Amino acid sequence: MNASPSSALLSVSNLRTSFYTRNGVVRAVNGVSFSLGKGETLGIVGESGSGKSVTCYSLMRLIPQPPGKIESGSALFDGIDLLTAPEELLRRIRGKRISMIFQDPMTSLNPYLRIEDQLIEPLLIHERMPRAEAVKRGIRALEEVGVPDAARRIRGYPHEFSGGMRQRVMIAMALITRPELLIADEPTTALDVTVQAQILELVKRLQQELGMAVIWITHDLGVVAGFCQRVLVMYAGRIVESASTERLFARPKHPYTRALQSSIPALQSKGAELYTIPGLPPDLSKPLPGCPFVPRCAFAEEHCKQPVELMEVEPSHHSACLRVQRGEIQL
Amino acid sequence: MLRFILRRLLQTIPVLFVVATVTFFMLRVAPGGPFDEEKRIPEEIVRKLEAHYGLDKPLWQQYLIQMKNLLRGDFGPSFKYPKRTVNELIADAFPVSLELGCYALLVALTLGIVAGVIASLRPNTASDYVPMALAMIGICFPTFVTGPLLSNYFGLQLGWFNPGGWFFPEDRVLPALTLGFYYAAYISRLTRGGMLEVLNQDYIRTARAKGASESRVVVRHALKGGLLPVVSFMGPAAAGLLTGSFVVETIFNIPGLGRFFVMSAFNRDYTMVLGTVLFYATLIVLLNLVVDVILVWLNPKLKFE
Amino acid sequence: MSVAAELPNLTPPDAIEAEPGSSLWLDAWHRLAKNRLALISAILLILLAGACFIGPLVVTNTYYEQNLALGATPPSARHWLGTDKLGRDQFVRILIGGRVSIMVALCATFVSLTIGVTWGAIAGFVGGKLDAVMMRIVDILYSLPFTIFVILLMVLFKDFEARFRWLEDYGIPFNLLLLFGAIGVVEWLTMARIVRGQVMSLRKQEFIEAAHALGLRRRRIIFRHMIPNILGPVIVYTTLTIPAVMLLEAFLSFLGLGVQPPMSSWGLLIKEGAEVMEEYPWLLLFPGGTLGLTLFALNFLGDGLRDALDVRASKD
Repeated sequence: MNASPSSALLSVSNLRTSFYTRNGVVRAVNGVSFSLGKGETLGIVGESGSGKSVTCYSLMRLIPQPPGKIESGSALFDGIDLLTAPEELLRRIRGKRISMIFQDPMTSLNPYLRIEDQLIEPLLIHERMPRAEAVKRGIRALEEVGVPDAARRIRGYPHEFSGGMRQRVMIAMALITRPELLIADEPTTALDVTVQAQILELVKRLQQELGMAVIWITHDLGVVAGFCQRVLVMYAGRIVESASTERLFARPKHPYTRALQSSIPALQSKGAELYTIPGLPPDLSKPLPGCPFVPRCAFAEEHCKQPVELMEVEPSHHSACLRVQRGEIQL
Repeated sequence: MLRFILRRLLQTIPVLFVVATVTFFMLRVAPGGPFDEEKRIPEEIVRKLEAHYGLDKPLWQQYLIQMKNLLRGDFGPSFKYPKRTVNELIADAFPVSLELGCYALLVALTLGIVAGVIASLRPNTASDYVPMALAMIGICFPTFVTGPLLSNYFGLQLGWFNPGGWFFPEDRVLPALTLGFYYAAYISRLTRGGMLEVLNQDYIRTARAKGASESRVVVRHALKGGLLPVVSFMGPAAAGLLTGSFVVETIFNIPGLGRFFVMSAFNRDYTMVLGTVLFYATLIVLLNLVVDVILVWLNPKLKFE
Repeated sequence: MSVAAELPNLTPPDAIEAEPGSSLWLDAWHRLAKNRLALISAILLILLAGACFIGPLVVTNTYYEQNLALGATPPSARHWLGTDKLGRDQFVRILIGGRVSIMVALCATFVSLTIGVTWGAIAGFVGGKLDAVMMRIVDILYSLPFTIFVILLMVLFKDFEARFRWLEDYGIPFNLLLLFGAIGVVEWLTMARIVRGQVMSLRKQEFIEAAHALGLRRRRIIFRHMIPNILGPVIVYTTLTIPAVMLLEAFLSFLGLGVQPPMSSWGLLIKEGAEVMEEYPWLLLFPGGTLGLTLFALNFLGDGLRDALDVRASKD
């Protein structure tokens, strides 16, 4: 899209991932394309079930298969298609060049292993570093993310850490190999509000220091506003809008984005009634030929039920709303 | 940890006391005595024998004497093997049972864990169904069915092994397999369940995201948590291996403690029965303690308390 | 991983009033009905139980009638599963043995349900000191070598039989009673633990607190919310107890400590079969196979019930 292929670190096209459950085939990700430049920060926003996490897990091939299946698409990372690369090659990228941090720091660390063993594992796997040296790096990494008394606490177990501290450990672990891309899957959702801000600041700082690219998955537009350069809005397994952060907030080009914004308390004038989107996201095991947002959309018309693609409606601003594309509505 | 072990050991004392008391009175309430069975021992001799073993004293006195001896770790003389003490008899017979038990445990753990892990890696495929079907067969055909079958087929028909006895190294094979298979079946099911649970955890995904190979994920990240159910099962299993050996010892004609125990109960060999029961009880209590210590050691969330 | 169907359950509060349990049970039933293996097992067990109780009444052979001249014969038209060394009909003996197994199972279930559930429920509900004492007792009993005690009980008190001859006039062999007693003593412990654990965790769970908050009466909470939730584990554990006690009976009878001839039991038949396995293999194969098949069916049914009743497992 906006980043030219030569400078793109990662370029995903037409990714489709499905889950074969007993209630039918759930098309969790349905034709997602985007690209990401070196050092760029990209936000992916959507409700739970919109496919934002599945998109990123698909890139790392961390989808449990079965029931999940990556149906089609490609994801070129430095010339390697992550979706079809041999397992061996992919493993050399995971945790070394692309790292992830996860939503729930309480369950994402192995409760049976010392922090030390988990933290330095990427170094042992990817850099074949002697253990003593790796431990030193581990202690330094913990200090960098603000874990006090790191030299002692590195010997502890996850249950001895608070949620915020565990997420710091996760971040230290993800960044210990200086990756080129960090995928953050709602890393602040499970934390207290004050801790959320600290973690966000931490990642921001480290991102600038290391110059890595970041994909930040969240359902919170507010987080995106302060951090990301560009935003993808996902709904029902598709990208419905993609733009730079300023543009997206200033001039949203999809009714769903508009609705999301209206439901953020901080963005509303005092006293104004908070907007809630009526209805529920669609059942992804049923075929959805037209715009999936139609049943909940305040602007929907009869012709919205025909198929719609993501299209550039303004320079570097894409929307999948047929009425916006046709210039029928201004949001 | 030392305090934990000491406290647990202290707690076993009342348990063993209860065991000893219940056994003592059960033996005396039960009809028959140690010198009934042989036909026509003159009354006089029986009385002399009883006096010799202190059986003519009032019951409460016998009980106190017995308890005092037990405290010193002395199980007393056997009634049926007059020249030998119960301690000696146990010391002779138990190593045989222990050896059998160790081999069986080895069979059970290796087979069970390997089969369980394999099954858990690809659930609901052939590599899951085949070992689990075998495990089901193992559970449904107890040792007293498989034992005679194995003894008959490999012992008598193929002639690979002796159908019974405990003389040559190869005599260990069939009994150990018979006993081990049964527990392997249980262990494989527990392993599979534990591993499936763990492999679905978020931290396994974290490990994969770090670029850990599949074998590293299984061995370093999953096995420790996945085997916890197996470890908890080891307490009852070890007890089961001990008592299960009654049957296997009978089938394969092995001079172990299990057969001794059943025989001494039939013979009303009071001291021998009491001795073996207490011995078994102590063993089981200690095994449970060992299992608990291992559990805490494996699971950092648990503390010794 | 958030796929679809991760939506919060938006049941309005008034829905709690309407039929909380029935849909759960209906759901479980549907899941069970879909599990073909479990269903076949259930049918097999029903057929087997029916055969054990009706069979001996219909067939002309009896379990005790000897025919020394005939001796051991392979299966034939007259004796479907052959005869043993004493010329007794193996088929009827297996059916009668089945009766023993079923009675043992019923007895153990009865004991573990009455004592175990009551004990566990009281401990869990009352909590505090009483709970500590009650569970300590269970712990102590647990750490006793029970199989050994059962063996001891069976050996030592076998000879009381003479005093209880009169029981046999009513068709109840003393040995069987002893066996039931011995097995019953053991089988309630685990049930007590399970029920207590379940009650304890339920008491703390949010939906019970929600029910309290909604002002539901205590009785209503117990009957409509707690019992349906405890019943699942209880049923599942019962189906696990039954094969265990059947095995215990067979084990004791195999050691010659359980049911005595001419009465019949699967363990006893297996023991007799094992002794003559070389010459008359069918005498081991048929009772061994019957026991194996029954245990198979019970285990599969148990697995099926566990899958069907375990609400957590159904969400994967």
